Amino acid sequence: MRPLPVPVARVLGLLARAPAEGVRQGRRFVAFLAGDPQADRAVPPTGFTASLTLLTSGAMAFLAVFALALALATGRLAERWGEELAESATLRLPPAEGDAAATQVAAALRVLDQTPGVGEARALTADENRALLEPWLGPDLPLEALPVPQLVAVTLDGEDFDAEGLRARLAAEVPGAVLDDHTAWRAPLVVAAGRMRALGWLSLLLIAGSTGAMITLAAQAALAANAQVIRVLRLVGARDITIARAFVRRFTLRAGWGAAAGTLAGMLAILLLPSADESSGGFLTGLGFQGAGWLAPLVIPVLAAGTAFAATRAAALRTLRTQS
Amino acid sequence: MIELDGVGYGYGGRTLFSDLSMALAPGSFHFLTGPSGAGKTTLLKLCYAELTATEGRVTLWGRDAAAMDRDAVALARRRIGVVHQDCQFLDHLPVSENILLPLTVAGRQDEGGQNLRELLAWVGLTAQAGRLPPELSGGERQRAALARAVITSPDVILADEPTGNIDWEMSQRLLTLLIELNRMGKAVLIATHDLNLIRAAKAHVAARVLRLRDGRLLQAGADL
Repeated sequence: MRPLPVPVARVLGLLARAPAEGVRQGRRFVAFLAGDPQADRAVPPTGFTASLTLLTSGAMAFLAVFALALALATGRLAERWGEELAESATLRLPPAEGDAAATQVAAALRVLDQTPGVGEARALTADENRALLEPWLGPDLPLEALPVPQLVAVTLDGEDFDAEGLRARLAAEVPGAVLDDHTAWRAPLVVAAGRMRALGWLSLLLIAGSTGAMITLAAQAALAANAQVIRVLRLVGARDITIARAFVRRFTLRAGWGAAAGTLAGMLAILLLPSADESSGGFLTGLGFQGAGWLAPLVIPVLAAGTAFAATRAAALRTLRTQS
Repeated sequence: MIELDGVGYGYGGRTLFSDLSMALAPGSFHFLTGPSGAGKTTLLKLCYAELTATEGRVTLWGRDAAAMDRDAVALARRRIGVVHQDCQFLDHLPVSENILLPLTVAGRQDEGGQNLRELLAWVGLTAQAGRLPPELSGGERQRAALARAVITSPDVILADEPTGNIDWEMSQRLLTLLIELNRMGKAVLIATHDLNLIRAAKAHVAARVLRLRDGRLLQAGADL
């Protein structure tokens, strides 16, 4: 058996060690969260930065819940609009009277029945046509006195549906028939919903960035306020990482707890929003989470704590490097 | 352990001292005297790398202090107990926790219990262990500072005017403690104006007395 190339062997070795490494990192993280109360006490509590961090992370988490709800709701909307519109088409037959109209409908239904990918085709009744026109032309419309085209609702059920092929056959067998597979207005709707979803995710990124910036400022203020404490700790042999850890742990936990409170408040607010059927178009009032989606906001406090950890660690180590 | 070779220090265009050489070997006992402003405190700061020499070389356990990174300096300081003139306490922590601080930052707080009780009794601060540093008198602060300097049993003890604010009896007790540590092999360097303290020490240990004057380090006369 040929030996494995060195890079492959290295990757396999890393993968083999990954579980043990994961456990080690997990233990380190738990130890970090548990902290060393005595060492942490070396840094005095800093009132206003503590309140600022709690308040900021709470408020940002509250906003993040709404941004997340927006992103998820618009995502669902885009998906459903795309699916629903892709699964239907409309056939418009030119106005005709009497037997000619019936013959035209029968020919169109026959063609549709023979077309692969068409699940169901149904001519709209006069009442359905009247209902469609009522918003524009009012009730009690004398439909028979108007040259109104006959509509046929088509439900598609297969990917082998060929719109261009159907149009060619209809042109030959049902002259004047127009097939609308909704492509023209489906695309902008889906694009619009997709952009709203992207805006939701962008908002989340901006919120995370703002949280990181504000926590960085709070951490820098705390470090500046504790310059003498840092000097004493250094004189007795404290390493920069030891000093930084006391600040980082404190800010990480504050941000985590603040974000947890903000997230719960945001989820409660979402829960109390008036419910509405999104399919009826009221998607803004239908803003919220569905099913397992309710678990998604629970990630926010973890992300807030992670952001605080990274921001405070970078700020602390940078500040400690510049302090003599 | 700590060596100064041709060391000078200056700031703002003024040279405080230059071409200064000395070594703190295991078991050595030095006093550093000199007029105020001669640079005694600065010399001590060079020894624990709080300042960097502007000329010459300071070596801590064989490594050039100027080339050491911050972590290496921190680890070296764990082997040096310093009694600062202004004590340098964390005012929000009680005396006992301040004394334990060198062990705490080194992650060795478990070792502190028995040593702390003995040290507090030795420096006469058992009753003050739970008080905050601002509540202590000047003498009590200096005794607490000495206890903190020796809690880790460091290799080198540097003391800057450790008896400046305490009475003669307490000075003797602190000196006795330093002499005992010196007999255990610790190097001791005390910067002081207190000639009586120097004389008292010389009765028990072979202490070298260095005088810092006019920018030079001299061996003091036999009268001390």
